Amino acid sequence: MTKLTISRRGLIKTGAFVGAGLAMPTIFTSRANAFTNAPMGSTVTLGFNVPQTGPYADEGADELLAQKLAVEHLNGEGDGGCLNTFTSKALKGNGILGKKVEFVTGDTQTKSDAARASARSMIEKDGAIMINGGSSSGVAVAVQGLCQEAGVIFMAGLTHSNDTTGKDRKANGFRHFFNAYMSAAALAPILAKELGTDRNAYHLTADYTWGWTQQESMQAATEAMGWKTVNNVLTPLATTDFSSYIAPVINAGADVLVLNHYGGNMVNSLTNAVQFGLLDKMVNGKDFKIIVPLYSELMAAGAGDNIKGVLGSMNYNWQLQNEGSKAFVKSFGEKYGRPPSNSAQTCYAQVLLYADACERAGTFNPCGVAEALEGFEFDGLGNGKTMYRKEDHQCFKDVLVVRGAQNPTTAYDTLEIVEVTPVDHVTYPPNHPMFGGDDASLGTCNAGA
Amino acid sequence: MLGLSKKDTTFLLIVMFLTLATPILLQPFPEGSGLAQFNAGYPDLMQRFAIYGIFAIGFNILFGLTGYLSFGHAAFLGVGSYSVVWMYKLLSYNVLPGLILAVIMSALFALLIGYVSLRRSGIYFSILTLAMAQMSFNLAYSVLTPLTNGETGLQVYGDDPQVLMGEGGPTSPHFFGIVMNEATKVDFAGWQFTFSNGYYFCAIIAIIVFYISLRIFRSPFGLMLRAIKTNQTRMSYTGLNTRPYTLAAFVISGMYAGLAGGLLAAMDPLAGAERMQWTASGEVVLMTILGGAGTLMGPVLGAGFIKYFENIFSKINDNVLHGWFAVLPDGLEDTIVFLMHPFIGKGWHLTLGLLFMLVVIFLPGGLIEGGQRLRNWIKRDKEPKGPSKDTEHHPKPKPHVA
Amino acid sequence: MDAIILQILNGLDKGSAYALIALGLTLIFGTLGVVNFAHGALFMLGSFCAVTLQRLLSLSFTVVDPTKKDFLGNPLKVDTPYVVDWFGDAAGNAIINWSVPLAILFAIPVMLFIGYAMERGLIKHFYKRPHADQILVTFGLAIVIQEIVKYFYGANPIPTPAPAAFKGSLDFGVMIGFAENTIIYPYWRLIYFVFSAVIVSAVFAFLRFTTFGMVVRAGMADRETVGLLGINIDKRFTIMFGMAAAVAGLAGVMYAPINSPNYHMGMDFLVLSFVVVVVGGMGSLPGAVLAGFLLGILESFASMNEVKSLIPGIDQIIIYLVAIIILLTRPRGLMGRKGVMEE
Repeated sequence: MTKLTISRRGLIKTGAFVGAGLAMPTIFTSRANAFTNAPMGSTVTLGFNVPQTGPYADEGADELLAQKLAVEHLNGEGDGGCLNTFTSKALKGNGILGKKVEFVTGDTQTKSDAARASARSMIEKDGAIMINGGSSSGVAVAVQGLCQEAGVIFMAGLTHSNDTTGKDRKANGFRHFFNAYMSAAALAPILAKELGTDRNAYHLTADYTWGWTQQESMQAATEAMGWKTVNNVLTPLATTDFSSYIAPVINAGADVLVLNHYGGNMVNSLTNAVQFGLLDKMVNGKDFKIIVPLYSELMAAGAGDNIKGVLGSMNYNWQLQNEGSKAFVKSFGEKYGRPPSNSAQTCYAQVLLYADACERAGTFNPCGVAEALEGFEFDGLGNGKTMYRKEDHQCFKDVLVVRGAQNPTTAYDTLEIVEVTPVDHVTYPPNHPMFGGDDASLGTCNAGA
Repeated sequence: MLGLSKKDTTFLLIVMFLTLATPILLQPFPEGSGLAQFNAGYPDLMQRFAIYGIFAIGFNILFGLTGYLSFGHAAFLGVGSYSVVWMYKLLSYNVLPGLILAVIMSALFALLIGYVSLRRSGIYFSILTLAMAQMSFNLAYSVLTPLTNGETGLQVYGDDPQVLMGEGGPTSPHFFGIVMNEATKVDFAGWQFTFSNGYYFCAIIAIIVFYISLRIFRSPFGLMLRAIKTNQTRMSYTGLNTRPYTLAAFVISGMYAGLAGGLLAAMDPLAGAERMQWTASGEVVLMTILGGAGTLMGPVLGAGFIKYFENIFSKINDNVLHGWFAVLPDGLEDTIVFLMHPFIGKGWHLTLGLLFMLVVIFLPGGLIEGGQRLRNWIKRDKEPKGPSKDTEHHPKPKPHVA
Repeated sequence: MDAIILQILNGLDKGSAYALIALGLTLIFGTLGVVNFAHGALFMLGSFCAVTLQRLLSLSFTVVDPTKKDFLGNPLKVDTPYVVDWFGDAAGNAIINWSVPLAILFAIPVMLFIGYAMERGLIKHFYKRPHADQILVTFGLAIVIQEIVKYFYGANPIPTPAPAAFKGSLDFGVMIGFAENTIIYPYWRLIYFVFSAVIVSAVFAFLRFTTFGMVVRAGMADRETVGLLGINIDKRFTIMFGMAAAVAGLAGVMYAPINSPNYHMGMDFLVLSFVVVVVGGMGSLPGAVLAGFLLGILESFASMNEVKSLIPGIDQIIIYLVAIIILLTRPRGLMGRKGVMEE
C-alpha cells in the first residue's frame, strides 16, 4: 500500500489523542462561549444555504444574489436598498453590532440530507451564526431541526408547507414566506368573484407532504364558498408526463382544474393541461379554468404562454408599488439588470430582519435574537405591514393573487397582480388543526454551547 | 495478530493510524489562511468519510469479490436510518438499540431482495436490484409516509413515547452518555483540531468492520466468491451451488449498508427518503469503481474523494476566489476567476464529472492504481533496473460485470 | 370503455418516447457492446437543439422605445428578431413559430456529428474495457454534458411550443361514436406517435433491406468473421453510433413541446430507458420497441383512478414491478438472447 512504517511513538501519540477526545467530552469548545459560534473578531459570518445544483438551481442563484445584496447594504455599500424604507432604524450600515458582515454559501441540492450536511459544514467549519435560504419545504423542515439542535437561528427561504411553522415549528426557526393555508384563504374570495360559487373542482396533487397540505387547504377554502370537489388524484413526484392524469379530467364533469404542483411538476402538468385544450372547453355551461395555488416567476417562465389567464398566489411581486418594494426593485434591478423573484425578496428581507433583530437585542445570542423577532411589527421591506407572530414564528402580511398576463410587454411582467388580499383574511389561530393543533409547540430556544 | 498475516497486520495498523489521526491529517492548513477552505477536518465531513467508507467497504464485498453489480444498495442505507430514528422515537436517544436493529432489518431486507434478485445475473441482476430500490424509495416518499414521514424525513418529535428516556438524559444521540455532537477543540499554533465524539464512534466501528472485511477477503469464503467472479459456470460444473455464497455476500454487504445508514442517523437524527434514491445507489458504485473495485482500501478512498468534492468544492464561491487571487493585478485576477467560475461552487458537478472521466480513462484500476503507478514510478527513479516495465504491462483488470 | 381507449392512446404516446430512446440504446449496445449511460444526455441534447434553433431564429436587435418604460423607469428596449425584420411580420413570426419542426433538419447533422465525435473521441477506447468502466465513463460524460448545458441555458425549463397550427386537440371520441369531449387527444401527441412509428420503421428497414444494414447485422452476430472478409466493420459501427445518437436526438426534438426541456431531463429518462431495454432483452431491437410500448401502456393504466383506488400508490412502482415480474418469469427479458450481459 504505502511505504509508511508505523512507529511505537506514533501509536502512543494517537492513543493519547483518542484518550483526550474521549475523556473530555463535555468541554465542547476551547473557548468559553455563551452560544454557538459567538463572533470573536471584527466580523460576523452568515450562512446562505440555497440549491445550487439540481432543478431549483436558478431559484437558488436568485436567492443568493439577493442575499449578497443584503450583505452589501448591511455593510453600508451600494444604495442602501430597503435600509432607507425599513421602519426599524436600528441598522446603521456599519455591519451588525459594529461587526462587518461576511457570508459563506452552501448547496442544498434540494435534498434534506445534503442540505443538512452543507448547513452543518457552515456551522461547524465556517462558524456561521445563522442559516438563511432554501427552496423546498422538506429541506426547510430538516434544516430548521438541525439549527435548533446546533443552537443557531434559521430563517427559511421559499417554503410553503403548513408544517414549517405548523407541526414542525421550532423556537430557533423563522419564516417570512407565506404558506399553503394562506394561499387558499387568499384565493378563495377572488375565485368566488371571478368564477362564481357554483364550480366543480378536480385536484391533481403532488404525492408528498407539501402537495397534501396544499390540496387540503384549497379543498377546505373552496368548499367553504360552495364549490364541489369532484376528485383528488395524487401524482408521483417523479412524473414528467402528466397526460394520463389530465386526460380523464374533462370526462369527470369538472370545470376547474387545481394543480397542487410545484416546480418542474407544475411546469409540466400545466403545459400538458393546456396541450389537451382544457382551457378552450366549455363544461357545465362554463369556461374551463385552471388554478395553480402557488406561483413563482421561474415556473411562469418555464411554462411560457401556457400560464395566460391562470390564477394563483404569490408572496411578493416586484410590481407592488409600495416604498419598500420600489427601493428593493431599484437596488436589485440596477445591480443585476432584472427584477427580483419572490423568493429573492424573502431571502433579502430575512437577512435585514435578522440583522435588525441583533441590533435591537444588542447580542448575537440566538435566544436574544429570537425574542427580538417575536411579535415584531414592521413595514418597508416590500410586503407592506408585516408581523412575526410570537406563537409560531410565521410572518403575517397581505397575500397577492396573480394571473398570467394576456399580453406581457417584457419577460418580467408575465404575471399581473389581480388583487391584494388583506392580512385579516389569511390569519388563522396558532393552534389551527392544519398547523398541528394544540400539540404543536415551538419548544425552547437553544443557544448551543 | 488477530488471525492476520504479518503484512495484513501492518496494513491494518496503518489503516487504524490513518483513521484515528484523521482530525489532524485533514486539517493541513492553519485557520485564517486562504487555503483553510480546503481543510476537511470538521466533524460532519469526517463522519461522512467514515460512514460512506463503511458503505463502500460493504459494497465492495459484493461487487469487488463476486462481480455482482447491485444498483439498489441505497435501499439498505435508508432502512438502517429509519430503524435508528424509530428507536429514538420509541426508546431513547441511545444509538445502540437502533444500530442493532438497523443491521438486523437491513439483513432481512437484503435477504429478501437478494433471494429474488440473485436468480438472475449480469445486467438483469443490476436492473432487478435497481427496481426494488426505486420501489422502496417511491413508496417511502409517498404512500409509506406514516412510517417514513415522506419528503420531510423521519425525525423525533416532542410527543414521541421515548420510554427509556430518563429525566435529564441527553436530548441528542449518544452512546451511554457519550454525546455524539460534542467535541473537543484544540488550538495549536494557528491550527485548530476538532476531536469529535461522533467521529471517533464512527471511526472505531469503521476499523472493526474494515477488519472483518479484511478477514472475509482472506478467508476461504472470500476465495470462493472470487472464484464465482472468475467463472461461475465452471464453479457450477464442479457440482457447487453458488447461490448460497452470493446470497451470503449480498446479505453481508446489505448489513454494512444498513450499519452505515444507521450511523448516518446516529450522527444526525434525521432519515430522509432521498437516501434510498437510485442516485445514492449509483454513488456507492462510483465510489467503489473510482477507488478501485476489489481492493481493500480503494472504496474508502473513492468515498472520501466524492464526499470531499461534494462538501468542499461546492462551497467555493466567487468571493473566495477573489480572496485567493487578490494579490494579482485586477485584470489578471478577474480573468482567472472568470476561467475558474464554471468549475467551482454551483459547478462542482462539472468538475466531478470531468474527474470521473479522467480517472476511468487513465487509471482503469481506480485511484489505487494511481497510487501504485506513482510508487512504481518513484521506485524506478531510485533503482533504474527495477521492474519498470510493470507500469506499461499492468495486468488487465477482470471485467466486473461483463 | 372510453377511459380505457384514452389510456391506451396515452400509453402509446408515452411508449413511443420510451421506445425511441430504448431503440437507440440497443443499437449502441447491440453493435458496439457498449453500455451507454450518456444516452439520456443525447436525448436531452436533441431537445436543446430545438431550444437552440428557436433562440437562433429569434436572434434580435434592440431598439429603444422612448414611449414605454421598463421596470426601472428607463426607456424600454424592444427586441425585434432579425427574421421578422427581413421577412416581414407574418412570415418572420411563422418561421419562429415553426422552429420545432425545423429543428428536425437542424438536429440530424448536429446529433450525427456529436455521436460520431463521441464514438471516435471516447467510446472506441472502451470497447475492450469492462462494462463497469463503460458505465462510469459514460455516466461522467453525461454529467459533463448536462452541466455544460446548464451553464449556457440555466436550470429552469425552457418553453418550446409546437407551431400554433398544432395547438389544441382532436376529439377522437366523436370519430368512433362516443359523446363529445370523452376522448380528446392533443394533435402534437398524435404527431409524436406517428413520427416515432416512422423512425422505428425506418431503422428496421435500414437494417433489413440495405447492404449497409446487412453488413452491420452480420457484424453484430460475428464481428471478427466480418472483419476477416475485408470489411471495415469499425467504420460502419461508428456510423451506427451516430445514427443511434440521431434517433435519440430526434426523439428529444419532438418531445420539446410536450414537456419544456431542462438540463436534467436526460437523467429522468435514463433509468427508465434502461429498465425498458432490459425488459425487452439486452441487444434485441424488437424487444426494446415492444417493451417501450408495453411499459408505456401499463404505466398509463396504473394512473387511472379506478386502479389507484384499488391499490394506492401503484402508479409509483408499476414500471419496476412489471420489470421484476418479467425478469423473474422470462430470464432474459421479452426477447433477449442467451449469454448477453449475463456473466
